Amino acid sequence: MSELTQPELTHLGVQAIRDGVAAGTFTAREVAEACNAAVADASALNAFIVTTPDHALAAADKVDADRAAGRELGLMAGVPIGMKDLFATNGVQTTAASHILEGFTPRYESTVSQRLWDAGAGMLGKLNLDQFAMGSSNETSYFGDVVSPWRRNGSTAGLTPGGSSGGSSAAVAARLAPAATGTDTGGSIRQPAALTGICGIKPTYGRCSRWGVVAFASSLDQAGPMARSVADCALMLQAMAGFDPKDSTSLDLPVPDWSGALNADLKGKRVGIPREYRMDGTDAAILKAWDDGIAWLKDAGAEVVDISLPHTEYALPAYYIIAPAEASSNLARYDGVRYGLRDLPQGANLQDMYAATRAAGFGDEVKRRILIGTYVLSAGYYDAYYTQAMKVRALVARDFAEAWDKCDVILAPTAPNTAFALGEKLSDPLAMYLNDVFSVPASLAGLPAMSVPAGLDPAGLPLGLQLIGRPLDEQGVLNAALAIEQRAGFTAQPDRWW
Amino acid sequence: MSVDKATVAKIASLARISMDDAALDRMVPELNKILGFVEQLGQVDVTGVEPMTAVIAQPLRLRDDVVNADPLTGGGVRDAVLANAPAAEHGFFGVPKVIE
Repeated sequence: MSELTQPELTHLGVQAIRDGVAAGTFTAREVAEACNAAVADASALNAFIVTTPDHALAAADKVDADRAAGRELGLMAGVPIGMKDLFATNGVQTTAASHILEGFTPRYESTVSQRLWDAGAGMLGKLNLDQFAMGSSNETSYFGDVVSPWRRNGSTAGLTPGGSSGGSSAAVAARLAPAATGTDTGGSIRQPAALTGICGIKPTYGRCSRWGVVAFASSLDQAGPMARSVADCALMLQAMAGFDPKDSTSLDLPVPDWSGALNADLKGKRVGIPREYRMDGTDAAILKAWDDGIAWLKDAGAEVVDISLPHTEYALPAYYIIAPAEASSNLARYDGVRYGLRDLPQGANLQDMYAATRAAGFGDEVKRRILIGTYVLSAGYYDAYYTQAMKVRALVARDFAEAWDKCDVILAPTAPNTAFALGEKLSDPLAMYLNDVFSVPASLAGLPAMSVPAGLDPAGLPLGLQLIGRPLDEQGVLNAALAIEQRAGFTAQPDRWW
Repeated sequence: MSVDKATVAKIASLARISMDDAALDRMVPELNKILGFVEQLGQVDVTGVEPMTAVIAQPLRLRDDVVNADPLTGGGVRDAVLANAPAAEHGFFGVPKVIE
């Protein structure tokens, strides 16, 4: 038996668990049991749609047996993780937090989750999210809101953990899991990471296979890790990434040793500060954190340069054409015939059945986006909306390409506000969309981008800073994030109330 | 541009989402708010700009032209394909009668 108590084990990160298991300080089974117990005690957070304690234990037992037999251990050996319920998992319900996929039990495993299991990770359960990853607060889930483990000082009001990877961010911040998978279409890894005081990285588009990931907007969707340190993200991303012939946009490139090459010395690096990101309506505390970040990166040896990304303000409206357009096409597959829900009213024909099934199976936000997407792709409007948005997307990408002449990495806030109250922005879809204003541009350009904690605001809520890198330069992003992490000294964690 | 109730009803029908009057009434102002927001894209000068088709340019791969090149995505897995169907009958997907 280990010297560590169960709560102590749940406070360990990915690397610490892997190294401790490898060294025999504790067994993988002890870690899995500790995390399973933490998950079982945290139902008030509603972070999980289903829990899979047996999966975590079986994976742990295999790692312990491998170690006993002297076999080589994988990158994630003995690390129990949460799996966003957007990844198809063989034999385990996969819903995308929707009613239309309730009960869907894949007979195959997504490439990313398979890679994680092959690397020795185990699954604690499937994490709640915004329905079909559409949302920024985890309030569009059919399975209920996820509640952030964080609260404002002196308040018991329920706050959002961000979204769409809100189950992931809540579970990692609450120490239920050392890490979780996320997916990011317009900020769904970075924004929830920022709102809950953890790290999360979206790699370059194409690094992680989309095969087996429920599709939202295929030209934007990317998987990535969410964890409590930059080093843990680097390690887990290494396990998740890699070429997959089953994804036509997968990059056929070797996976670098990001973890081994981490280096917070930024001498000779130039950090760009985009002036267009100083927007009205941004919290003062976030602007202060941004200034702190600039000082920290200078302290790490970087040169700070002013840059311009002139089409920044148009990124969000372009995104809210492109993403719904792709979603309306991708979600056409939910027809009540092949999988998921079927609503067959008395006497209904096939067309009626489609329409009834989709009316019953999709939530309001999903319907809104399908309708917007259908409209902007329809005859007569396609050029005015969709083609125009794709041209603006090219201009947003060109802004970044030109910025790379002047800098190596970009520092900006992750989100324009800290965690807001559940229900606060629900009545106004547009106000919710504005939460993605700083994260969407990098998504449109397919660039690697990461959120790292920078401190707390006066109400005691976490603030995140975003680093955006050149295509394929995850290392540059991770290194700059590491320099911030080392100087921010962010050790705050939510007080346990659940 | 803005949409009226008839237009939203038409879009909903194209998208195969059944919507009653109350749902349409709710949706019209919400869609108009979003369309009003994206309208600003019209201000951008896109002269000479090609619409983006891929963030990372790469040639489209072709798989080897062999049966079951990848067994996972190949054929011969009828039962697995039908396993989640709401109505699977005699090895097929069951649907309501489509010929009157």
